[in-house]
Order: sequence, then C-alpha cells, then structure tokens
Amino acid sequence: MNRPQNDTILDIKDLKMYFPVTRGLLRRKVADVKAVDGVTFKIRRGETLGLVGESGCGKTTIGRCILRLYKPTGGQILFDGEDITSLPDKNLRGVRSNIALIFQDPYSSLDPRQSAGGIVGEPLDIHHWVGTHSEHKDRVEQLFRLVGLDPSMTNRFPHEFSGGQRQRIGVARALACDPSLIICDEPISALDVSIQAQIINLLEELQEGIKGLTYLFIAHDLSVVKHISDRVAVMYLGHIVEITSSRELYENPLHPYTKALLSAVPIADPFVEEKRERIILKGEVPTPLNPPPGCSFHPRCFMAIPECSQAVPPLRDIGGGHKVACIRV
Amino acid sequence: MAELLRVENLKTQFHTDSGLVKAVDGISYHIDELEIIGLVGESGCGKSVSQLSVMQLINAPGKIVGGEVIFEGRDLLKLKAHGPEMRSVRGAKIAMIFQEPMTSLNPVLTINQQLTEMLELHLGMSSKEARERVIELLGMVGIPSAKSRVDDYPHQFSGGMRQRVMIAMALSCNPEILIADEPTTALDVTTQAQLLELMRDMVEQFKASLVIVTHNLGVVARYAQRIYIMYAGRIVEEGTTKDIFGNPRHPYTIGLLKCIPRLDEEEGRKLVPIKGLPPNLINMPPTCAFLPRCSYNIERCSQEPWPPLKHLHDQHYISCYADTEEKNR
Repeated sequence: MNRPQNDTILDIKDLKMYFPVTRGLLRRKVADVKAVDGVTFKIRRGETLGLVGESGCGKTTIGRCILRLYKPTGGQILFDGEDITSLPDKNLRGVRSNIALIFQDPYSSLDPRQSAGGIVGEPLDIHHWVGTHSEHKDRVEQLFRLVGLDPSMTNRFPHEFSGGQRQRIGVARALACDPSLIICDEPISALDVSIQAQIINLLEELQEGIKGLTYLFIAHDLSVVKHISDRVAVMYLGHIVEITSSRELYENPLHPYTKALLSAVPIADPFVEEKRERIILKGEVPTPLNPPPGCSFHPRCFMAIPECSQAVPPLRDIGGGHKVACIRV
Repeated sequence: MAELLRVENLKTQFHTDSGLVKAVDGISYHIDELEIIGLVGESGCGKSVSQLSVMQLINAPGKIVGGEVIFEGRDLLKLKAHGPEMRSVRGAKIAMIFQEPMTSLNPVLTINQQLTEMLELHLGMSSKEARERVIELLGMVGIPSAKSRVDDYPHQFSGGMRQRVMIAMALSCNPEILIADEPTTALDVTTQAQLLELMRDMVEQFKASLVIVTHNLGVVARYAQRIYIMYAGRIVEEGTTKDIFGNPRHPYTIGLLKCIPRLDEEEGRKLVPIKGLPPNLINMPPTCAFLPRCSYNIERCSQEPWPPLKHLHDQHYISCYADTEEKNR
C-alpha cells in the first residue's frame, strides 16, 4: 500500500499467450493456439474497462494472464508500475492480494463443503491480513454487510443461498483483502434477468464507495458491458480491434466487427428496433489455431478489400483515445 | 389472420418428493397463421414446459392435468401421446427447435440419417428422395457444400451449424407451427443474430408460424408481433409487441424493462432491480405469486386469489388488481 499512486493501475504491452498443440508419443509441438496475440491496453485507477468478444476470442485468457495463472508467452504486464510478467511464484502472493477475481458460475466457484463465512475469510488467512480471531470475524461480517448479505448467515453453506446471493459471496471473497483491481469474468451471465441488475448495481455501488477500486469487466453481452464500463475494448481472435469510451463505442463505432456486434444485440424496444440497421455477418469465428492471414476478421468483413489479407492492421489512435485496428477507417 | 392453434387453461404439474409443482398453472394463448409470437419469462416460469405440453412430451413425474390444445379442429390433449394421430402432428405439423444444439442431435448418426428418418416416416419418401430433399434443406439453411457434408456426424459441425441443422430438421416436413425454445441462448452474439434472421426468413418462406420462447426481451422486441409474459406458471401480461414495450402494465413487465441495461440508454442510468427472488413453485400460495416482489402491492392483492386476466384494450391483457397506469407514466 506504500507504492507511489500513479494514474495507470494496469499497463499491458504487446501481451501474447500461445498454447502449444502437441502430438505423438514425444509430445512434439506441432502448432500454437494464439489465444492472445499482441494485446496492448491500459487501465486507469478507479475506472471500469469492459472487454467484449465472442467465445474463444481470448478475453478470459487476458484475465488469467493478469492474475499470472498463466505465464505469458510474450509482452509485459505492469501492475502499479511493477513488472509482474515473470515474477517468481513466491513473490506472486503479494500481487494476488491486490488483484481479485469474480467468476462466472456462482455454483461451481464456491466450495460446497465450506461455510459462506469460511469462503469469504479464506483470503484473509492466506494473505495474513488480520491478526486475531475476533478481527477475522469482524472483517468477514463487515464484508457480508458490504455486499448486502446478512452477517448472521456466515455459518450457512453455499447450497442454502440463491444464485444471486452466491454471486454476492463471490464478490465479498474478491473484496476480502481490499484489492485495487477486480477482474470480473462474466459475473452475471449465469444469473436470471431480474437478478442480474442486483449484481450490476452492487458492483457499481462498491466502486462508488471504495476509492480507486478498478474493474476489468469481461463479458460477451455488449449492453451490460456498455452500461457498467467507462471504456470498452472489443476483441476478435486474440486481438483488440477497437478501444474507446463506452459512449463513443455506441455512437460512433468504427471497426466493422464492432458495428456488426452492436447491430447483433437487440434492443428491448420495438420502436427503436424498427429503425435500426442490421448487419448480419457471414460465417463463423475461425479457429485461433489457424487464423486467416492479415486482419483476422477480413473473411467475414463486409468492408474488406484485397489489402486486408496482407498485414495485421495496427491499433491506431484516431483522436480522443479512440483506437481502432482497421485499414478501411 | 385465421387462428391456427389455441391453448385453453393448460395445466401441467410435477409430483415431486418435496411437493406439488404447478409448473404451468392455467395458461391460455393462441397463434394465428403466419404469426411470430414471443413467450417470455425467467428460468422456471414454465415457458418451456408449456411448449412441451403442447407437444405432449411431458414425462413422469410430470402430468398434463387439464386444459385443451385446439389444433385443426381437435383437442390434441385427447389424443394418446404415443398414438399415430399425435405422431402425425408432432414433428410434422408442429415442430420444435431445442435450446442445446449440442445435445439435441444424436452423436452416433450422420446428419443424413437423422433428417431422412423424419421425411421417410412422415411423408413416406424413398431414401433417395429423402436424401435429395435433405441436401436441398441444408442448402436453404445456409450450410455450405451441403452435398458433401450430409454424411458428416454432428461433432463435425460447429454450434451454430448444428443449430442450422436443427432448423432444417424442424422445417423438413413443412410444419405449420415452429416452436423455438431458447434457440440461440447457447450461441455467440453474431451467430445468434444470423440464426434468428434465418428462422424469420424460413418461417416466411415455409408459410409457418413461429413461437419464440426466450428470456431475452430484446429478441422478442425485434422479431415478435405479439408477446406473452409468463411468471410462476401463468401468463401475467399479453399484448402486441408495441403494447408490451410501449405501455407495459403488469408490475413484473414494468420491472423487467427497468432492470435490463440497454445499448441506447442515457449515460448514468441506474438499473432498478426487482427486489427479492423468483418464487419456489412448490406449494405456492393462492395469491398472486409476484406479490412479495411487487412495488404496487395494494390491499386487495393479499386477500384475493391470483387475479384473472383483465382486458385493457384491443389485444392487451394483464393479470393484476393494481392500477399501474398512472405510476408508470
């Protein structure tokens, strides 16, 4: 906590994460799955960056690289100015108390044989965050109140809670050691529609209450991401294709994939829907094992020209922090 | 348009160890020719069970305990579930597309074997004729080089392609009604958009009616002409799409619309979650099931049984005692 407070909490430079594909008895490496292939972005302290994309685009892999659950193949991850890309395991623990994770599935991410209080209090033990038994108990009860759960429920087990309450336990666990960055990996997609809003509001209220709390919000649902995020990065096949403020993304999307993604999300209003332009993409997302040459989106793109298959387009700043990777823009 | 199917007071119950579950508790709806209707509700509201009941696909411990399903001048529920008459309707005249494209195709049979079976059984085609027709159908639903892929197994297709195969299968006998039960929930955003457009085009081409069962209000806003909102086994509001979204009147519908993030929302909009949880359907109280979560809650609600559907105007009905109009404005 004594580190100098700078504006950028997370700085990712040219991050690459390749997973080897092996074959045969000797497990020879025959190819790479390029899950994340040269991704660069920054997250400012206290903001929420949304990361959207379809399944297999590498958004979860980025989250796991930041937590160093994977060792990146290349690039740099600077957290609070410190390079954590190749930090040895024994030094990682300190970093991990500062970065927390909220998982997608509130059913499988809680140990069924551990009480809710035990689940929320475990990070406190691991990171030696509190001294005495009563401090521990106080902190757990404080966390329960913070996420809107009754502190008298600490002795209950996960199966006694509803899906929304379980996700609150997940949030409390993430908050336990007062992290500065929380990676939310599809935190609401397993919940019912009427419960999703409760968790979104909880995350927003926590950010208002805790100074400097930063979220990396990973999801496939663009309307949720736009709602909660200050800025949004759109991913396609291991690359960021566009990154800008969430308002600009909706009002002035530039990358053809972003346009298609926006138009694919129906708005719950028939009067608006009548007037909307619909872009229906051809085909499906190709496999990251053998991505198309050049811009990986060009085979499905409605704006593609022959040059698109020549080289990977760089992410260019076109003003006001709006960056886009497309040669047709 | 002429009425195609009418469901009257349909009731389906499940006898479980913990009590009686009234999954569908007296719902009535109708589908006109060439119409697209939406059936919307959260998980466990009985939307899928109601559709399975129409098809008589309810297994023990479930039982259809009352109601009528009038199709072509007769009550389908009077037919034996496994009798020849019901068989000539199920799959042929009323076809269904299920949620999981991964599990609803048989993994050990080729696409050709699975699709020709229906054509041979229902339409009495020879295997050669059926094969020709299957190739034609696969081409229509947008499977590239259908001729060479017809002998492939389901695992050789991607999720989106499998759902296309399911659509081809459902359309193979020229059905009059197509029931799509959460047809795109398990798929990626851009694939969802592709498939919904395809389904809409296909029912138009085949002159069929479509029932979209979903929890996604955006999808029905985009495609449906009329909408039924379900809660705890009952229809709580019905009307044209413009009625439902332009002038929602049931507290549950109003709540749902306030709690979902929208792409075109104003910046800084706060979601208003519906308080509480969806009800447990076991041993429900006789009063309105939405009462514990309702913000209108008048005295009459806790004294009288579940309100019957009240006619507002034209095709707009709600099941509610409270006057929701003024507060909503």
